[in-house]
Amino acid sequence: MLDSKIPAGKLDEKWVDYKGHCKLVNPANKRKLEVIVVGTGLAGASAAASLGEMGYKVKAFCFQDSPRRAHSIAAQGGINAAKNYQNDGDSTFRLFYDTIKGGDYRAREANVHRLAEVSANIIDQCVAQGVPFAREYGGLLSNRSFGGTQVQRTFYAAGQTGQQLLIGAYQALERQVALGNVTMYARHEMLEVVKVDGKARGIIARDLVGGKLERHFGHAVLLCTGGYGNVFYLSTNAMGSNVTAAWKAHKAGAYFANPCFTQIHPTCIPVSGDHQSKLTLMSESLRNDGRIWVPKKQGDNRKSIDIPEEERDYYLERRYPAFGNLVPRDVASRAAKERCDAGYGVGSSKQAVYLDFAAAIQRYGKGEVSKRNLGNISAAEITQLGKDVVKEKYGNLFDMYEKITGENPYEMAMRIYPAVHYTMGGLWVDYELMTNVQGLYALGEANFSDHGANRLGASALMQGLADGYFVIPYTLGNYLADEIYAKALETSHPAFEEAEKKTADRINTLMNIKGKQSVESLHKRLGKIMWEKCGMARNAEGLKEAIAEIQALKKEFWSDVRIPGEIASFNPELDKAGRVADFIELGELMCKDALAREESCGGHFREEHQTEEGEAERHDDKFMYVSAWELKGESEWELHKEVLNYEVIKPSARNYK
Amino acid sequence: MEHTSINVNLKVWRQKNNQAKGEFKMYKLEDVSTEMSFLEMFDVLNEQLINDGEDPVAFDHDCREGICGMCSMYINGKPHGPWQANTTCQLHMRAFKNGDTIVVEPWRANAFPVIKDLTVDRTAFDRIIQAGGYISVNTGNAVDGNSLPINKDKADASFAAAMCIGCGACVAACKNSSAMLFLSAKVSHLALLPQGEPERHSRVVNMIAQMDKEGFGACTNTGACEATCPKEISLSNIARLNKEYLTASLVSDK
Repeated sequence: MLDSKIPAGKLDEKWVDYKGHCKLVNPANKRKLEVIVVGTGLAGASAAASLGEMGYKVKAFCFQDSPRRAHSIAAQGGINAAKNYQNDGDSTFRLFYDTIKGGDYRAREANVHRLAEVSANIIDQCVAQGVPFAREYGGLLSNRSFGGTQVQRTFYAAGQTGQQLLIGAYQALERQVALGNVTMYARHEMLEVVKVDGKARGIIARDLVGGKLERHFGHAVLLCTGGYGNVFYLSTNAMGSNVTAAWKAHKAGAYFANPCFTQIHPTCIPVSGDHQSKLTLMSESLRNDGRIWVPKKQGDNRKSIDIPEEERDYYLERRYPAFGNLVPRDVASRAAKERCDAGYGVGSSKQAVYLDFAAAIQRYGKGEVSKRNLGNISAAEITQLGKDVVKEKYGNLFDMYEKITGENPYEMAMRIYPAVHYTMGGLWVDYELMTNVQGLYALGEANFSDHGANRLGASALMQGLADGYFVIPYTLGNYLADEIYAKALETSHPAFEEAEKKTADRINTLMNIKGKQSVESLHKRLGKIMWEKCGMARNAEGLKEAIAEIQALKKEFWSDVRIPGEIASFNPELDKAGRVADFIELGELMCKDALAREESCGGHFREEHQTEEGEAERHDDKFMYVSAWELKGESEWELHKEVLNYEVIKPSARNYK
Repeated sequence: MEHTSINVNLKVWRQKNNQAKGEFKMYKLEDVSTEMSFLEMFDVLNEQLINDGEDPVAFDHDCREGICGMCSMYINGKPHGPWQANTTCQLHMRAFKNGDTIVVEPWRANAFPVIKDLTVDRTAFDRIIQAGGYISVNTGNAVDGNSLPINKDKADASFAAAMCIGCGACVAACKNSSAMLFLSAKVSHLALLPQGEPERHSRVVNMIAQMDKEGFGACTNTGACEATCPKEISLSNIARLNKEYLTASLVSDK
């Protein structure tokens, strides 16, 4: 039975009550307790730093050359917090409500409410660390709005909020390294969870420089390893982002929850050719000012500026007048796909829509004229003033667009198309962020708990930091308080021996295949299957085909992959091979999950379940639960259901019209 | 955007490991789309090498959108290649012409030892941050974010310095392998904010001491770092660093 350990009591008192009653570990005992943190993005770095500050002995691991490179760094738009600095009606409840609704009623009320409660503390903490958030002329913090909400609650640092927040957490982490409370293992990859008597007691990690396997003991193991969007090969994730640590945990008994809930982000730079290695996101914040449209005529080949206003279809504003261009990501993505599939797409591939700043440039230009009292100036000067404002707000994004496409977005509309971005699914965790394996935790994107079937913009940074700074410091103590008698194990313990042997055997097997196909080419094929059959729209037939194709691909991988080089050396191809092997297995589970969930909700759109107008159709009577999958054997899983009880919010059809 | 295909010759630094002696090797690549990024061109090269049974070129990369700071190629004598304010991963092949020979080397600096081929060890930067590149505030200590208004110009200047991605191009570009631009960006980021005030003096002194210990060279104000920085970190930060250091050495009791 899955026990989510949600505290009793009223929703807004649960967390306060929990904190008041959870067990504590005294400072002398903390020094004897060792904690392993895998991953150093927002969740991992904030957790490692906070736990180090509290006095635990922390070991932190990342596969990059420095903890500062973790992919949280690439988050652009911002971080939500219920501060209500704008006096526009925001509150903890409203952030909670928007997040549950945005997630299409597939997230846990208690977790999400806690997230909304601690959101304000995150901003305070980051400001204190020296995170240079955007400010108004009066010196106070600035806010902007984001998709799926009607208030301005998003804090930001130009278009690189993730970078600034991560640098803040990284610096806090390095401070603990300097103080000796955290030992950092960069260029290390976790390849196995070590369990003793059913409890997580350590990991096997591979030093990626020399290729040696290492044993590390911990009284608890925290996985803060991000999402698995790279299962699609093309995504906005970094090239190294992978599911391996989470998948090893799954193989060690941890349940994987809602794997099919993936977020396709509506505003990315379209694919340009077969050589493409990744996709680049254009922050959702652009939808604040940019207007999305396609020509009203199918196959219109004119340039965007040559198409007159009355021949443009601002389809989001047309279909969703209340939210317009600021509908949630899943809705915006599907609407773009619908237009392109119907033959209205633009650009050479016809798999793109326009994101146009011409109107915003004029609006801002006129605003500047009035603000600076400039009187009669030429239209060209007004346009220039407008461009300057847009540059200040989104300059780095516009520059990035120009570098990638060779087109100037100040002069012509950007072309955008949806791309895989975030995975709401992840390891199943209870209220304390512990998986069903004792002592094994999952934080941030690696867990499933807060975003339901669709994540709202600017909420990933919020969740990563909430888990690391303000949740795990309490919930981990509640577990470790009972572990103070457990002495640190020698890593010569048979459990470590066995786990290391298993890892070494697998690496040897991989290296000895000596086949013909490169890891990259097999990964691309997996991605193609996933995107076509388990992407923005899914149906039973396609999913069944995908499962068969993935099983065949798995056989091919394990009999024909070619990995050059040696084990005991710096060998990025070998690292990648291990990750792709795990992605293949995960891909199968994702399709299985998507097949079992016979409804459309959030990012999961089953073509069989839609209204006549093409909107998603949820089936709350049958699927108001979290699907937690237990691995039983090769290609064999058992489904466990955690029923979602909505005590405060009444689920209804999401309406952004 | 119109695109064409070009042929290029690559002259790439190959070095098996830190102990081995390195050398340049020549590779020919045909039909390279000008829409490819520079790293995608390397992906194609590596696919070719793997198919031919050779060892692929090791290079650091991750986000491929110019923000993580992991990519680090020295291209035709310039860190991150010919484009201004750019990282290797954002460099695209339309920067090159058909028949070009492109020379690719790792960052070269004593403080950044080569791991393999084009991959170097930049942990010296982490150790410089450990020496004081932070504000000492434990989780939970913070007051309300708006309790301390910060002059917008100062906040913006702080942000401009905080944009540093820690890639190390400044060191690779410098004839002395100095890390002053990197260090000055961090010192400026924190010194411009009221939150950074209490540790202002010890921070700059300790970070500079660590930089010297790591074996980075001295600054001779050439400005190659600023010219090559993908985030256009300004040389004026080094001036601020010098001022901070001078003040600190006058008043510091350490």
